[in-house]
Formats: sequence, structure tokens, C-alpha cells
Amino acid sequence: MTTRSISLGKRRTHRSRAGASTVDHPELPRHGWQKTTWIWIFLLPTVVLYGLYTIYPIIASYWYSLVEWNGFDADQQFVGLSNYRAVFADPLFWNSFKVTLLFMLLVVPARVLLTLLMAMILNSPKLPLIGVLRSAFFIPVVTTTAIIGVVMRFILDPASGPINSALLKLGGGGVDFLGDQHLALPTAAVLYVWKFFGVTMIYWLAALQTIPYELYEAARIDGAGTWKLFRHITVPMLKPFLIIITVLTIEETFHNFDLMYTLTGGGPYFHTEIIEIYIYRWAFTASIPQLGHASAAAVVFGLLVAVVGAVQLWGVYAGRRLRGEQR
Amino acid sequence: MTAQLVVRTDRQRRLLRRVPWWIAALFLVGIAVIWIFPFLWMLSASLKDNMEMFSGGLKLWPDKFVWDNYSRAWNDAHFGRYLINTVVVTVITVVIVTVRCATAGYVLARYRFRGSKLFLGILVATLFVPTGYTIIPVVKISMQLHLIDSLGGMILALSGGAYVSAILLYYGYFRQIPRELEEAAVVDGAGFVRTFFSVMLPLAMPVTATVAVLTFITTWNAFFLPLVFTFSRPDLRTVSVGMQAFVGETATDWAGMAAAGVISIVPVVVLFIFLQRYFVEGISGAVKS
Repeated sequence: MTTRSISLGKRRTHRSRAGASTVDHPELPRHGWQKTTWIWIFLLPTVVLYGLYTIYPIIASYWYSLVEWNGFDADQQFVGLSNYRAVFADPLFWNSFKVTLLFMLLVVPARVLLTLLMAMILNSPKLPLIGVLRSAFFIPVVTTTAIIGVVMRFILDPASGPINSALLKLGGGGVDFLGDQHLALPTAAVLYVWKFFGVTMIYWLAALQTIPYELYEAARIDGAGTWKLFRHITVPMLKPFLIIITVLTIEETFHNFDLMYTLTGGGPYFHTEIIEIYIYRWAFTASIPQLGHASAAAVVFGLLVAVVGAVQLWGVYAGRRLRGEQR
Repeated sequence: MTAQLVVRTDRQRRLLRRVPWWIAALFLVGIAVIWIFPFLWMLSASLKDNMEMFSGGLKLWPDKFVWDNYSRAWNDAHFGRYLINTVVVTVITVVIVTVRCATAGYVLARYRFRGSKLFLGILVATLFVPTGYTIIPVVKISMQLHLIDSLGGMILALSGGAYVSAILLYYGYFRQIPRELEEAAVVDGAGFVRTFFSVMLPLAMPVTATVAVLTFITTWNAFFLPLVFTFSRPDLRTVSVGMQAFVGETATDWAGMAAAGVISIVPVVVLFIFLQRYFVEGISGAVKS
């Protein structure tokens, strides 16, 4: 744990490398049965809540994916793998799979690279108003995604939205950002990048704080220009963070139900239907809910997230190694 | 006299050198205004009448201020009730999550017991479970426990989320506290619970603040769970779900909708402005550790 921190408002003048955890872990005390009881009492709320609402659902999804069940009746009929067969045979599932990945491809590079640029600008010690600026770029992050979705739907409305009426004055107009098959997903991607820009920017600011300022000063005395400083100090020092931040960002794009659902509801013609909306549609809005089918899709989705999670663990591990080599 | 002159030119030069930085800052302020323009527009739209909203375009200053939109959103669209629901759900969830993460983080960090490694391993493995994956069993089990269609059930489901990073924040913090403190407490006659509540928990105040703020924002903004928990009980909606329903119910009252949006978003933004330090620390901790 490092005690150093960054903030939106205050500027750090003292910079030094955040020392890798120097606290040696204390030998854990031995304890008798009384303490053991207390330990489990302390764990109880987490065991119950987290067990009931996170662990159990993860396991139960597998069971539900093997039954046919509409959610109302008590009887669940075991059908083996036929739900999976149905899911894999459904072109709309593959469509949602594709949309989810395509969305990731659109969003992740923009988020990771543009935020790095902005973080570097907002990290310069000489820039005035730095606290105000950082806060402004961060504000969309704390606001409710579902409300942003609804408001943006109006702002982008082709007939009456303010964007289009402004375009009309410029001689254009009538652009159906969210209703056009080809525009809907890119528009949603732009809004998503805007909404969560601040989070990734904070990641990068935290990463930039770990570069000792003396390095820059020494290089500048040696006559290095801004580009050389960037190329030979910033880039190599940030390399391990690049991996961590990219994977964190990828994982975050899987939690995108709020924006997509309120913005487009998956339309037009399923062009923005991410897997979460696909699951939601089969489980909750179909006239006869098919929880087995939805669960099978959820399990496939869970596996996709898990694969990326595994890559992440590997990435963090590789990142640690990179950082170790540089020391 | 010459010395005075030199000083003055020095200062002038220093001021001159700062001019490009000020130009850059003003340029960035311009971008920042565009950045938060949707919020500014929403604020201004909430004060226009519906006619002006359509004809006004991107203009921010309303021709005349219509405060009526707020009373319509508050009473007719039930946003007063939705706001109360959201506050109740959020506050209770924050308390439950903070307490459970603090106690769990504490015992995992300070005691070795059978299964502690496994416990941590499972926690880390579920770091990124999306709501879309767990939602069906969560709804099903809530139905079986008769907790669906109730704020209590929604609160439990929200506090049952992974919150792995919160537990890990407490874990890391308690881990580095020197053992002498605990021993001193024991010498003074404090038991397990007293040691935790009167020595350890107060020490972890910064972590508690961070966890509470992060949980507050997550819960206030939650949408998926509140959506499915209030299908048949519109009176239990939170603001984010209420906003979604607003569009379906009264498709023409866009100014009222903007007012509802302001009512829903202003509390989090105000909270953020006052507590941003804790918020940012929590997020940046994710990258550093």
C-alpha cells in the first residue's frame, strides 16, 4: 500500500517514486476457539450477502442454463444442453456477441489513449486552474448513466433535439444519430467514452505520479526536449500501467447495460444489442420469459468475461515483472 | 535603483513566461465547458417551457424562467418519492457495505484461520462479475425469499454485490498497522470486538470515507437491479428507473423530464464536489495496488 495519493484539486509538488510496499507483513497472531468464533461472526455478513447474491448466482446460472423454465411456474424441466444449442443457433445471439466485441474495439483504444493525452496535459505542474479542469472532465463519471442515456436521446433527437436544430442552422440537420443502423453504435461509443473518460484519466494521473520528477529535471538539464522526455522517460515508465489500465478498461466495457438500454434499447434492429440486453430481453421482457435460454447466454457471457479476467491476471503479473526489471 | 529595475524585469519575465500556460488553460476551459455542456443544457432546459425547448436549440439562457417544471416532476411524475426511495436505498446500502467490508477486511488481514486464503482467492476471482450475468438467479432467489418488489430486497441485493475492491482496500490498510497497537489494546483489557471498534476502525477512517463515497455513487447510479426489482411496484422506483419510465409515460413533457434529471443528478454532483478527494483516491488505488 502506498500512502501517496492524487487529487483533482491539489497539486503535488513533492514527487518521488512511490516506494513498493515496504511494510513487512506482521506474523499473524495465534488464536483460540473464542477468537475463531469472533472471526466468523465478523465474516458472517459478507459470507451471507456475497454468498447469496454473488457466489450462488454464479453457480446457479449453470443449473438454470440446463432447464426449461418460464420463471412463473414451479416446474423446471431438465433439458440438458438444448438451451446452449438454441443460443448458439440464434443469429441474434451472435449478433449481440459481435456488437459487444465491436463496441469494445471502438471504445477501448479511444479511452486508453485520449485519456493518457489529457492526463499528461493535466499533470503539468505549471498549468493554472488544474483542479477546476480535472473536476470538469471528471463530472460525467459521477452522474447517473441511465439518466444521461435518456437526456442524450433527446439531445440527439433527429426532429426536435438541440443538436439537430443547431445543425439545421448550419445548413445540415436531420441526422438520426441513434436511429441510423450505421451511426447508432459509434454514437453510443462516443457517449460512452465521454461518460467514463474521467475514470481512465484518473488511472493515468495515478500512473504519472509514480514517475519521479527528478528524472525529468535531470534530462532537461542534459538538454532533452519535450518529445525526447516523452519518448524516453514517460513511455517506458508507463508501460506496465498500460497493460493494467487497458484490461481494467476492457472489463469496464462489459458493464454497459445502463447506457445502452436507456439510449437505444438495443435498436435500431438489434444494431446496438449487447449481450446484457440480449439476456434481459429473453429473461424479462419476452411475453413468455425463457430463463433457461437467457441463463445459457449469461453463462457464455460470464465465460467471455472470465477469459478477459484471466488475461488480466496474466497482464498484471507481466506488468509487475516489467516494473521489477526497471528498478 | 538599478537593483530595483532588475527585480522588476525579472518579475515581468516570469509573468511573460506564464502567458502560454494561461492561454493553454483558457483553451482547456473552453473544451471543459463543451464537455459538461449536456448538463448545462439540461439545467437550462429544466427552466424553459416545452415550446422553447424545441425551438431554442443549444441556447442556454431561457427566455423566461419556468419553475413549474420542477413542481410537475416532483409531484406529478413522483420524483419526490423516487428521490426518497433512492436516498433510503443508498444510505442503508452504504452502511451495510461499509460495515461488512470493514469487518471482513479486518479479520482477513489480521488473523490466519482455516479457509482465509481460499476466501481471498474467491473474492479476487469475482472482481469483475457483471450484473447481467448474475441477475436471473438474484431475481429468482429474491422471489423465493419474498424479497422481490420491496426496497429491503433491493437493498440486500445491492449490498450483496462483490465490492471486492472495498474489502481489498480495508485488507491492505489493516495489514500495515503495527501489531503493537493491537497488543496495547489487549493489555488494556479490550476484547476482540472492542479492539476492532475502538482502536482499528477509527484508524481506518480514510478507507471508510473512500469506501462509503464509492459505494454511495455506485448505488445512487444503479439501474439494472432497481429496474428488475420494481417491475410491478412503480412506487418503489429509484430516480434512475423513474427517469426511464418518464419517457414511456409522458412522452411530450421534455421540460419536466429535464427537471427530473436535474433533481436526480444534482445530489451526486454536490456530494462529489465536497468529497472528491476520497473518490479519486479510491479509483487511483485500483491502478497502484
